[in-house]
Amino acid sequence: MNWLTELRERGAARFAEVGFPTTRQEAWRFTDVRPVAEASFGKGVSRWTVDANGAQGLLIGDLTRAGDVAQAHLGRYADLTANPFTALATAFLDEVQVVSIPARTEVATPIRLSHRLDGTGVVMGTPRVLIVLGDQARATVIETHEDSGDRASLSNSVTEIVLGNGATLDYVRVQREGMRASHIATTQSHQGRDSVLRSTSIALGAGLSRHDLGAVLAGTGASLTLNGLSVVSGRQHVDYHTTIDHAQPHCESHELFNGVFDQHARGVFNGRIIVRPGAQRTDSKQTNNNLLLSGEARADSQPQLEIYADDVKCTHGATLGPLDATALFYLESRGLSPQTAKSLLTYGFAADVLTRIAVAPVRDDLDRVIRGRLGVETLAAA
Amino acid sequence: MNPGSVLLEIKGLRATVATDAKKEILKGLDLSVRAGEVHAIMGPNGSGKSTLAAVLAGHPAYTVTAGTVTYHGKDLLEMAPEERAREGVFLAFQYPVAIRGITNSYFLRSALNAIRKHRGQEELDPLDFLSVLETKLKQIGWDDSFLNRAVNDGFSGGEKKRNEILQMAVLEPTLAVLDETDSGLDIDALKTVAEAVNALRRPDTATVVVTHYQRLLNYIVPDRVHVLAGGQIVKSGGKELALELEEKGYVGV
Repeated sequence: MNWLTELRERGAARFAEVGFPTTRQEAWRFTDVRPVAEASFGKGVSRWTVDANGAQGLLIGDLTRAGDVAQAHLGRYADLTANPFTALATAFLDEVQVVSIPARTEVATPIRLSHRLDGTGVVMGTPRVLIVLGDQARATVIETHEDSGDRASLSNSVTEIVLGNGATLDYVRVQREGMRASHIATTQSHQGRDSVLRSTSIALGAGLSRHDLGAVLAGTGASLTLNGLSVVSGRQHVDYHTTIDHAQPHCESHELFNGVFDQHARGVFNGRIIVRPGAQRTDSKQTNNNLLLSGEARADSQPQLEIYADDVKCTHGATLGPLDATALFYLESRGLSPQTAKSLLTYGFAADVLTRIAVAPVRDDLDRVIRGRLGVETLAAA
Repeated sequence: MNPGSVLLEIKGLRATVATDAKKEILKGLDLSVRAGEVHAIMGPNGSGKSTLAAVLAGHPAYTVTAGTVTYHGKDLLEMAPEERAREGVFLAFQYPVAIRGITNSYFLRSALNAIRKHRGQEELDPLDFLSVLETKLKQIGWDDSFLNRAVNDGFSGGEKKRNEILQMAVLEPTLAVLDETDSGLDIDALKTVAEAVNALRRPDTATVVVTHYQRLLNYIVPDRVHVLAGGQIVKSGGKELALELEEKGYVGV
């Protein structure tokens, strides 16, 4: 497959040119990747578990089964020049998980892609996913990056999402790798006219994680929900860089990223919104809330609005700080212990993102995971 | 608690703002409330009404510097806020707090179970809780429309106040302190809230209504009315005192 070799070569050339980013570069100012840059990695093996729950009429497969779809889309959205890690991942591009839903096909049950990095010693993996929905297709995709055990590793993941006109995708990505793992991810979506993408990215694991989410609203009337949740502690570092590109008029984007940082954990959020000339009637809202549960936890939040159209509605807001003392007192005044009040408020902060996940079984699974993390008992609906 | 016996006894209570020890708000306040009674605390803005309510609930924003508060024969000031709640003290907040991501019903069940556990009663599972809730809703004549919404999140002013009363109904306090529950309510909402409070009255419990206006007291009729000014109770009387205040203003009495 010449196109594939050519794609890898472009990735390799780009990476050779720029190398690993340093904190002197604006986009990497708060995230020091030296531990990754200075390590030497062996080639890891990506273990994928794919579960489509017996759904019919879709194509899930690797390059041998889905070569045509891959050739048409792979590498066309995730920009090699935007991020050195995308170039590196492309240079080592190996297996690809392709989910292709034909036009006007509705897949009711969630499609689950679960990745675990295997191999001997310190390894790097480049898990690659391509999701393509034809016009008016509907699907739910859950992409999970599992704990690969207690060892140093690098997952350098790239996911490209392409939505045809009128297509609807619920996409949830969960990263819960081991604490010694580094996780670098790029998710790039491209939406056609009147399409709907509801994306939630959840970061629980990895000592160092960086996720660049890019979304292009390329068709009139497209709608994007770009949500995220980090729940981290210890010395974990999690960095979310999002770029929403309003390229066409009458599109809307709703962005909510909440981060819970305990102990010495560190969070970075950079939310860039571009409204192109002519993208009139854009409706965009960005919110980033950071909960600092200890005096040593730290978070940095940067909105970045670039608006080149004049008839638009763009709002953004960020919060940063400990749990609200008045809210804690309110719960205590109803008989809850200070510890329960604290867990409940923290859970509520996380649940604010979780409850927006439209797919109930997925939402409930994550709810259990988050509750376990925060020590909150069953939240069965009373 | 027997009807008619003293439930709450406040003597010489002094309190300052926690962050500013020089800012004294309560300056030697005395108050005695018996089981079965409704007391109204009235007074101009800044007189210390809300501070009194907050101090009774144990709000950390205030420091008690002198005086005693005896509740059920126990030293209330020794208790942490959650202990007070478990012992039956309830404060309906003037500004109820929104808790995102937690449904009202879950919050209510957690609170009720904390209190039941303290009383040595069995904790309720979601199904049992639901039937308790239905009974309570029926008692105060309300529907269940805001049970599955996040606590006070996006609630209107009136809904928040109603939600406080719903919590009161479920938690069955022995001493309920309503801090300006009437503020911001239109007349219909006011009546609804007052009817609920009246429906919850029992001979072994007491209610302290803190209000700026006499209006609420047309619907929740007090046994005693106290005027709070400058951090002290300056005048006490029967329900007619409220009418007198309405007529003459605080300066006139």
